Amino acid sequence: MTALLQILFDALSLGSLYALGALGIALIFGVMRLVNFAHGDYISFCVFAMLWPSIDAAAIVFAGKLPTYLLVPLILLIGAGLSVLSEIVVFRRFRNANPATMMIASFALGFVIKYFLLMLYSSRPKSIDLWSNLSQQVEIMGARIPPLQVITIVVTIAILLALTAFLKRTRFGLEMRAAAENFTMARMLGVRANMVIMMAFAVSGMLAAAIGLILVTQTGTVDINMGANLMLVAFVATVIGGLGSLPGAVIAGYLIGAATVLMQVVLPPDARPFRDAFVYGAVIVMLIWRPNGLFSSKATKQRV
Amino acid sequence: MVQSLSASGVSVSFEGLKALSNVTLDVPREKVTGLIGPNGAGKTTLVNVLTGFQKPTSGQVTLDGEDIAGVPPHQVRQKGIARTFQSGRLFSDLSVLDNLEVTGAGLGLSRGVAAKKADDMLEWIGIGHLAERMAGGLPYTDERRVAIGRALMLEPRYLLLDEPAAGMSAEEAVELTRLIRRIVAEVKCGVLLIEHNIGLVLNICDHIHVLDSGEVIEVGPPSAIKASEKVRHAYMGTQADAEGEVL
Repeated sequence: MTALLQILFDALSLGSLYALGALGIALIFGVMRLVNFAHGDYISFCVFAMLWPSIDAAAIVFAGKLPTYLLVPLILLIGAGLSVLSEIVVFRRFRNANPATMMIASFALGFVIKYFLLMLYSSRPKSIDLWSNLSQQVEIMGARIPPLQVITIVVTIAILLALTAFLKRTRFGLEMRAAAENFTMARMLGVRANMVIMMAFAVSGMLAAAIGLILVTQTGTVDINMGANLMLVAFVATVIGGLGSLPGAVIAGYLIGAATVLMQVVLPPDARPFRDAFVYGAVIVMLIWRPNGLFSSKATKQRV
Repeated sequence: MVQSLSASGVSVSFEGLKALSNVTLDVPREKVTGLIGPNGAGKTTLVNVLTGFQKPTSGQVTLDGEDIAGVPPHQVRQKGIARTFQSGRLFSDLSVLDNLEVTGAGLGLSRGVAAKKADDMLEWIGIGHLAERMAGGLPYTDERRVAIGRALMLEPRYLLLDEPAAGMSAEEAVELTRLIRRIVAEVKCGVLLIEHNIGLVLNICDHIHVLDSGEVIEVGPPSAIKASEKVRHAYMGTQADAEGEVL
């Protein structure tokens, strides 16, 4: 029972991270058919924003010293700002380009951000102590759970609810859903295209910042590649969920999280180092079974 | 001020291929104007020109006297020219109500006001019961009515209907006729009706333009169109006696 509870919390908290990442990617894909590979680098950027630029091995904490109630909004704002800036400076110029071109542009942007960080902070991972007491395990019904896991899960659920309310209840949300399904048509109806896209980027950037905060608390280190692995999994999740489907992205994020944790438990110890190979194997099987993902959006099935 | 939407001397060519040549057409307010012609005659191209979807190669498009050739579609819509499309083109992942609301939002309304207007519009058309349904799963005729409702948001001055009766049964077409009459009488739109169902066009239109190979070959009231040799020729390709079968 306690082992099961442990697995459940591990799966939910890992899945939450993947879900947040997948959501950030799916939002942008929805409004402009762009798979933004720079998303992982937004995550790293937000984390590094807490440090003072230096190439020393020891991290010089700067903004990270702010009280929590200021630090969190500040980092979210930085994420949103970077994301919106990349739309204005880079992606806006590719509005009518084909998706492959935009994807390459996002790769390029990702490298620019990564090497910018490399220049300021060097490639050495640094350790940083952010809310580390949250990682000290406490006992819940016999299982040893770090409070951070609980916070991650609760925060993710809160974000999902808030985002759902935003999409369903506000004018921006309505316009965003319409634009996600048929951008040209929405534009012809007078939907504020640029505003909607910027809003999507802002939300996506805030999601990246939230992931950054959780990751850095979890690991206690900052590293310029810290967003890359998560970005890859998140991208896979958006594909499995059905590109463009937001609920699909979230559910697939949780599924991959669960699959990863489960493999860690059920695989024989000798096979555990190859866990990811098994996870991605499951992904391949999944895509053979449903090539369009779990929840392919109705827009792609429209009658001709 | 002239109360009409008109094209004068409009030509459109796609890489040398003439889709429309020197077309003149007038859509007056509070009247139903018909636009008929064989497939490929250029009817939809003309609608595209009138709504800003297609920039004319030459010629003028005026809305109540104001030149609007080359104005982008969403601004044309804001100026009061709305249209429907041959294939519904609703947002299938959105509810029927949201489909209308988003048009209101696009026209600058707040969410609350847009929702109220959308609700009223659905009631007015008589499809209030569909409000919460996903637009993607609607039967064909309901989809058409929702599309008309979406176009009517904020009472446009002109409404362009691109083959609204396609795929409808006889009774459904009668119902559509009733709806169009109500639109003219109550919303006071000028309606341009593009339709293959000639019976419907002859029945409802005050004035009809016949387009063939990108040119207007006949203009007149239904009685004159019915009697026209040229029109019969365009449709049949011969002058064989086909009265009553085609028209």
